[in-house]
Amino acid sequence: MIAAQTDLLNELQLDALTELVNIGVSHAASSLREMVGSQVHLSVPNVSLETRSRAIAILSEREVSNLVAVHQVFEGDFTGRALLIFPETKSLELVRAITGGDLPLEDIIELEQEALAETGNILLNSCLATIANMLHRSLKMSLPEVLRGSAATFFNLAPPPEAGDVVMFLYINFAVRERDISGYIAMIMDLPSLTALTLLLDEFIERATGKTAHSIDDPA
Amino acid sequence: MSYRLLIVDDSKLARMSAAKALNSLQPDWARLEASNADEALSLATQTAFDVALLDFNMPGRDGLELAAALLALRPSMPLAVVSANHQEEIVRRAREIGATFLVKPLNEQALGAFLEDAVRRLKQAQA
Repeated sequence: MIAAQTDLLNELQLDALTELVNIGVSHAASSLREMVGSQVHLSVPNVSLETRSRAIAILSEREVSNLVAVHQVFEGDFTGRALLIFPETKSLELVRAITGGDLPLEDIIELEQEALAETGNILLNSCLATIANMLHRSLKMSLPEVLRGSAATFFNLAPPPEAGDVVMFLYINFAVRERDISGYIAMIMDLPSLTALTLLLDEFIERATGKTAHSIDDPA
Repeated sequence: MSYRLLIVDDSKLARMSAAKALNSLQPDWARLEASNADEALSLATQTAFDVALLDFNMPGRDGLELAAALLALRPSMPLAVVSANHQEEIVRRAREIGATFLVKPLNEQALGAFLEDAVRRLKQAQA
């Protein structure tokens, strides 16, 4: 088994990143609640950094069916791609949950693309905007694009990265109207972008705690 | 008069950030920390604290469940549930339980107002 790339971030940097993503996802839950008119539960139990090949392996092992993803590119001090990924079998379920579930199947199929793009747009923008705001930077986001395929398709989109890249991998639990849907958010960044992000996380940790990231010598 | 504040959050960074805010607002207060609801409840049976600041989104029992359990032990304790998730249902449940809802990321002004109100309530309870 290839080890996760956790050594790229120290424990506190990973904690800070997890906290930022959780705040972003919580904001998204509030926005989605407005959209669907019913309480939305969203949580990110786990954030990890993986190599691209390992991210593909993890997704292919866990999800045997075809996948659907909402894809957006972000550009700024750090640049990369963000993807919200669900098994294709769950995507109609998600649309039913979002629209209320009383629509006939043909309408749901017709709405699927739009509902997925909008849900992805809210979730991904919320995560990236929270990260950007709290790191005191701005990120430019492309429009959402719905993709279908496998993990390998999503993680090998052209153009390929110039330097070795890393996938920040988040499991998300999504529940609305008694439907539980698990998915993933992946943020793919190259190593220079990850380095830039690491430095910004250190600055953020310093602002949040009043201590420099490297002066905090507590293994707990 | 100084009091003891319990901070419960699964993120170490969030606990450190709350500790920094507390130090600047109420430098005389002591602070206890727990990283989940079970740890917080076990602390509650071993040691005394006056005010609690609880993250909503935690693995295991969430901040609202923890708030209810803490209030069952100490009905008059001022406590706040902190979350970026400000959906009506969550804010309302916090109020129904008797907790203050504070928006995450926590700012010093909102925390300061909560702590001042907590002091007022603690003094009233003692009088």
